Amino acid sequence: MKILVAIKRVVDPVVRVRPLVDGNGMDIAKARTVTNPFCEIAVEEAVRLKEQGVATEVVVVSIGPPSVQEQLRNALALGADRALHIQTDSSLEPLSIAKVLRVIVSQELPQLILLGKQSIDGDHNQTGQMLAALCGYPQGTFASHIDYKKDEVWVTRELDSGLETLALALPAVITTDLRLNQPRFPTMPNIMKARQKPLEIIALETISMDVQPRLQTLAVEAPKLRQQGVKVVDVAELVDKLRQEAKVL
Amino acid sequence: MTLLNNSTALVVIEQDATGFSPINLKVMGAIECLRKFTRLTVDLLVVGKDCTAVAETAARIPGIRQVLVADGSGGEHQLSEALSPWLADLAFAYDYLVMGSTTFGKNLLPRVAALMDIQPVTDVVAIESTNTFQRPIYAGNALMRVMTDQATTLLSIRASVFTAVRFGELVAPVIAIAPPPAQVLSRLLSQQQVQVYTERPELTAARVVVSGGRGLQSGDNFQLLYQLADKLEAAVGASRAAVDAGFAANDIQVGQTGKVVAPELYIAVGLSGAIQHIAGMRDSKVVVAINKDPDAPIFQVADYGLVADLFTAIPELIELL
Repeated sequence: MKILVAIKRVVDPVVRVRPLVDGNGMDIAKARTVTNPFCEIAVEEAVRLKEQGVATEVVVVSIGPPSVQEQLRNALALGADRALHIQTDSSLEPLSIAKVLRVIVSQELPQLILLGKQSIDGDHNQTGQMLAALCGYPQGTFASHIDYKKDEVWVTRELDSGLETLALALPAVITTDLRLNQPRFPTMPNIMKARQKPLEIIALETISMDVQPRLQTLAVEAPKLRQQGVKVVDVAELVDKLRQEAKVL
Repeated sequence: MTLLNNSTALVVIEQDATGFSPINLKVMGAIECLRKFTRLTVDLLVVGKDCTAVAETAARIPGIRQVLVADGSGGEHQLSEALSPWLADLAFAYDYLVMGSTTFGKNLLPRVAALMDIQPVTDVVAIESTNTFQRPIYAGNALMRVMTDQATTLLSIRASVFTAVRFGELVAPVIAIAPPPAQVLSRLLSQQQVQVYTERPELTAARVVVSGGRGLQSGDNFQLLYQLADKLEAAVGASRAAVDAGFAANDIQVGQTGKVVAPELYIAVGLSGAIQHIAGMRDSKVVVAINKDPDAPIFQVADYGLVADLFTAIPELIELL
């Protein structure tokens, strides 16, 4: 069984980012980048399924400028077999990303497609669901447990109301939540080995898809900042402030 | 202001363990904001199995034309594989398709959108015109203002920032429509409603929220927070660290990827205040932080900070309330 994992390069989540003063985007040109944490969990899950003998091949794909090859090499070092880099300098919307990935799915024909449930920059939480729709595959979103059966996959999902487990026909799309697994770190020998693994570069223009943006971004602005308040000395003062000053008790 | 244009909206009603989810009233609050810019005819959609009672409750929402109810086994458990092609067909007739930005809406709306070849606007926090909306990005560290000019506008609403509408006296007509057909792509095996505290308010609707972090040290110690919550008629939340450590269930995680809350009073206990956590509570009116580490970042967003050991401070607080 083949697994396709789609990953995204993002600004390191521990970096505190701000919008540019001109409102034209984020001040991130120099910020440290990493693999989106949810995508890392997706890679880890695919590698584990391979280690368990469930998967025979793990293919990773990323869309973006040449710099995303760093994240693809990292995924190869973690245990993926082969990488696809869809090269473009444009920033694509989730619908366009899903359309491009659908073309890759139609070429690679994976049984499982794993994606992070959302990227921590755009925070859209859309791509996996859209890809499933375009492929006509079932979807297991926000997965905290995956159990691969012979001809279906059981996915436990994290919901606002608790958990639910779905049985999905194969092929299926699964988007990963935080508690699915704890991703490993690449070892030095595996980082060296990853340099030899195949990484194919595909120009976005060769994939004939309408990837024109549908939304127009008018501005990116800073939210209202919370002002730092006061320190109270003890519980009694806290209760007094909440009653007399804030009037919330 | 004269409203020149007429438009139509279909709002998908969300159901929870009790039936009609209170989140719907906040989503309707967003619809009220949209009415400032267009003369809006609103239909509500209830889909599921044995969902007539939910439809009857929804019919008491004021200012709507009708409730469409699709009752049948095809829509049972609201599986997105069944709902999305059916809903896409329905939604083409409307100018807006709207649902809450909950795990239900997040699962369903993008799937419907892709079938309609439409890029939705998810997690809307402000409505500025008929086609201009604000949504948070980068864990709420920035707000993006986007304009859409597509055949149907698909929106998911961050309910915590909108004011809930109240049920009215009038009852709108409830019209039965054909439910989604059966499908074979997915089926539900089991549901674990982790905790249904009927005596405690729902996390995203609560006036007061008490949240705990890794400082609680164990799941048993979370009982301390529940005692405090009982005094305040509050809901209980948790940081990702506390959920990862197994101290609390996933459905009470507050943050960028968990639930977003905006209560009148938010009390953060023994949690450090990672960027991702603050993303889930930054719109709270009054924030209290109790932490023994004076450098914890949560103090930077707290109106009232108390540097203290929570195991002495919380019992004291319970005593004084």
